[in-house]
Amino acid sequence: MALINVKTKEIQIKIVYYGPGRGGKTTNLEYINHNYRDRIKTEMVSLKTHDDRTLFFDFLPFDVGKIKGFEVTIQLYTVPGQAKYNATRRLVLRGVDGIVFVADVQKEQRKKNIESLNQLYENLKTYDLNIFKIPLVMQYNKIDLKELDIPILSSKIMQKDLNSQLRVPAFEASALTGGNVIPTLKKVITMTLASIQDQFF
Amino acid sequence: MFNIKQLNAIDNILKKNLISSGIDHVIFMDMGGNAIAKLDNGTAKFDSTAFAALAAGNFAAVDAMAKLVGESEFSLLFHKGEKSSIHFNKVNDDMLLISMFNKDISLGLVRLKVAATIKELNEIL
Repeated sequence: MALINVKTKEIQIKIVYYGPGRGGKTTNLEYINHNYRDRIKTEMVSLKTHDDRTLFFDFLPFDVGKIKGFEVTIQLYTVPGQAKYNATRRLVLRGVDGIVFVADVQKEQRKKNIESLNQLYENLKTYDLNIFKIPLVMQYNKIDLKELDIPILSSKIMQKDLNSQLRVPAFEASALTGGNVIPTLKKVITMTLASIQDQFF
Repeated sequence: MFNIKQLNAIDNILKKNLISSGIDHVIFMDMGGNAIAKLDNGTAKFDSTAFAALAAGNFAAVDAMAKLVGESEFSLLFHKGEKSSIHFNKVNDDMLLISMFNKDISLGLVRLKVAATIKELNEIL
């Protein structure tokens, strides 16, 4: 849940990038970190294994201006995608306000996307959060692989697999080249801010 | 969400019990990694936003480890450094108190002061 400090006039919002391993969650944050340096006061924090896989989380805070006199800080987190790290994924979701589900469009990742989304549903339930109510944006990442002739799933199939019931906004993206990284971020921020305004103001 | 009266009272308790006793830096935060009150004696210079996020992750990981070995919780953690040390203490199920102190102050005194602080904080939360 967003932290609203009436004394310092600050709102801190937590947005988590969730999805299967090697799907591009960290790459999304690295792109944002690189392109929005003027709004980011601190270095990006990454807790990685020796082979550059996320071990715990990546963390990137940045300012988005004021709402009703309150200075709003967005805190972006990623979760570790590897299946064995579900306990840590659940920990990172604590206090989440909005989610970007980063799915991998490679054909061979189809099952892992679905499993990861199902696990997100279960993990949110442990915090009494409903996947149908929390601000959520789908990102179908690695669309650029099409040009390398790597078999990828069409957006129609991705929508059918992951978004037929949720019906949330979805973006085809290429986190590596930055394609649709910022529109995804803007969308989740807009939805999360609207949800917070509804809850608290 | 804390009201202004509670936030002022939290600041006063932290200042009176901890900063006045020689502790360099105090962060009162939620388990999600959000700092609610940050106080220091003017010497501390570090990124407290990232620190709070990492501290929450650290505490949550240790809490999950406690459950794996059959403990209900490890309610306090202590990290000893060469020049400064960090003491983490759970205030209640949702809140955490972090105290950073240098070699001039003993761990025993910190623990004593933190215990008194937590008692006072819980009275106003």
